[in-house]
Amino acid sequence: MIKIEALYTEACNLYGDRFNVTYLEKSLQGQAEFIYTSLNETPRFVTEDVDMIYMGAMPEKEQEYVIDRLRPYTDRLRQLIDAGKVMLFTGNAFEVFGSYIEKDDGSRIPCLGLYEGYAVRRMMQRHNSMFLGTLTDDTGKDMEIIGFKSQFTQTYADKAEGYCFRKIRGYGLNKAFDQEGIRMGNFFGTYLTGPILIMNPYFAKYLLRLAGAGDVTLAFEEVAVAAYEKRLPEFHDPKRKVDL
Amino acid sequence: MFRFYCALLAGKLAVIGCKVLGKVMHRGGTNLPGEVALKICPDFLKYIGRPPQIVTVTGTNGKTTTTNMIVDVLEKSGYQVLSNREGGNIASGIATCLMNGVSLSNKPRYPLAVLEVDERSSLRIYPYVRPDYTICTNLFRDSCMRNAHPHFIYDIIEQAMPDTTTLFLNADDILSSRLKKDNKRIYYSIDRQPEDRTEPFNILNDMRICPRCQETLEYDYVRYNQIGRVHCPKCGLRSPEPDFHVSAIDYDNRLVTIEHNGMREEYPMVSDSIFNIYNELTVVTFLRTFGVSADKICDALADTRIVDSRYRFEVVNGIQVISTMAKSWIAPAVSVVFDYVRNLPHRKEIVLMIEDTDYNVIASENLTYMYDTDFEFLNDPLIENIVVIGVRSKDYLLRMLLAGIDEDRIHCTENISDIPKLMHFSKDIDVHIIYDMHQMVNYEKIRQTVKDAIRGGKQA
Repeated sequence: MIKIEALYTEACNLYGDRFNVTYLEKSLQGQAEFIYTSLNETPRFVTEDVDMIYMGAMPEKEQEYVIDRLRPYTDRLRQLIDAGKVMLFTGNAFEVFGSYIEKDDGSRIPCLGLYEGYAVRRMMQRHNSMFLGTLTDDTGKDMEIIGFKSQFTQTYADKAEGYCFRKIRGYGLNKAFDQEGIRMGNFFGTYLTGPILIMNPYFAKYLLRLAGAGDVTLAFEEVAVAAYEKRLPEFHDPKRKVDL
Repeated sequence: MFRFYCALLAGKLAVIGCKVLGKVMHRGGTNLPGEVALKICPDFLKYIGRPPQIVTVTGTNGKTTTTNMIVDVLEKSGYQVLSNREGGNIASGIATCLMNGVSLSNKPRYPLAVLEVDERSSLRIYPYVRPDYTICTNLFRDSCMRNAHPHFIYDIIEQAMPDTTTLFLNADDILSSRLKKDNKRIYYSIDRQPEDRTEPFNILNDMRICPRCQETLEYDYVRYNQIGRVHCPKCGLRSPEPDFHVSAIDYDNRLVTIEHNGMREEYPMVSDSIFNIYNELTVVTFLRTFGVSADKICDALADTRIVDSRYRFEVVNGIQVISTMAKSWIAPAVSVVFDYVRNLPHRKEIVLMIEDTDYNVIASENLTYMYDTDFEFLNDPLIENIVVIGVRSKDYLLRMLLAGIDEDRIHCTENISDIPKLMHFSKDIDVHIIYDMHQMVNYEKIRQTVKDAIRGGKQA
């Protein structure tokens, strides 16, 4: 039985993000232990091995609380990343693990420094877009990833260890960059927000394989795949705009 | 000032142009003159003549209904009121409205303005308009693309609102009730109701942690989302005590009892939904504070009905057909509609069309709001059939399956013409049509199709 820890869902649940975990829970009934850690608890990954960690997008103040809560465990997180533990951070959650976040007034919020890169936050410049990209999975097959971005930040990480998705349409980590998300081993940090595992069932299956759950049949997999296949041509269609 | 007067003149000409073109300009007419004026003079709102008293109404939900009711009562009570009830609530709409309230020499012609203000536009409006009174109905999650999250909107209002404005705030909303803590304020609340719960039950609750110390908040009771009474077990933060409160709701006799300043007053119930009772309480709280007598408010409310386009009740060949508008990208608003429908005590079937068809042509609709919305409320034994219409119906099917709804009770189609073969149409089963506010044309087609099918004898 694998263990999946969802961090701070009471504070990190913008835009339906929490349903990423709910979907895994419905797909892995009896095959996984799910741990929901609140902001005022010590994360389980500190003292135990967990197979997957998830955290969703959050408001800006909450992001600072989360940085404060996780900072004491920076070394432990580095250790888990190096050990290949699966981590998925959606929306602005992955910024917590970068070097810093620059605010509107130019001041910086120091982050955990687990990857080389920083985010620039501009509260009056909301970015909304569709994204289509690819990812090569553990079997060497390319899968297409679709999703939405809705954020105040752009990340600059030219020297990062790796990236999640190669852009086909839309934008990468920033408007001038073709790679989307930060990848370090099995650490996936992406600006795609909302229920990306539901929107991308093949990606969900891939992550579960990486986490050691084997080849899982997802909850309502046929319907999820049908919905994904219905959307995919829309994301490819050059007549449809990517800026929303 | 020359620039301003050019803008005023151009704007007034645009008003006349819009009136002449009338129906052609149907949608944009109320914003266009303001857009013209702001284009010529970006500081237009700074210079436009203001009525001596200005009331603004803002918040995520209920601001249109609240504004309409306040203006209705004031006008019936003899006040001459300038309002944007027919128009836009962003900066250009406010500019159009204020322009309509001044002479060509920029002299205000009204003693009072009641303006609905889009909360996202606060920074462009409040520093210039400087309201004497502002009502904030609540702050919930809205479109993620435009409004991000309610804490962002809170910060915008906090930054934009003058320190001199008197605020009317919902004491049951721990988020919006904390706005501008040093401003003069009047709180209102609805007392605990039998159906209130002790644990948050919606997917969305944007106030789970204490804004002062980040401890998990404890709800004394919760009505929906973050609406309820709350306290922090660590730092002692509490929902504020109300100045006006609903002490009794008599659904049988359609009466709402409101207590304030040692008085107990009964008002006719405008609508039996809790969110409209909040709107009515907001109206009474403001008007009584403003000096309108309880009798005048009662008389005016007795004739008031919530705008028909949002709620419609019809009986067709003995079958009740009930239409309810939902703002599809605003998850709490859709959840409230789902909750309302499921709590009605009859068997029912639902036609659901809440996708944004326009977006699904120009792009692909962002479905994140679906996973903030409580589709779980539709998993109810009295809801026997759900027909989902639109190109996103597979996404809705998946969402409803994840909500635990039996697949046999869900039918998906892209064609409104399929409705008759997918519905039961039985005399003991109500038909509910839930539609998006931008789907008026499709809604009318659905409604007509449903009525034709019932009249044509497609009944069990």
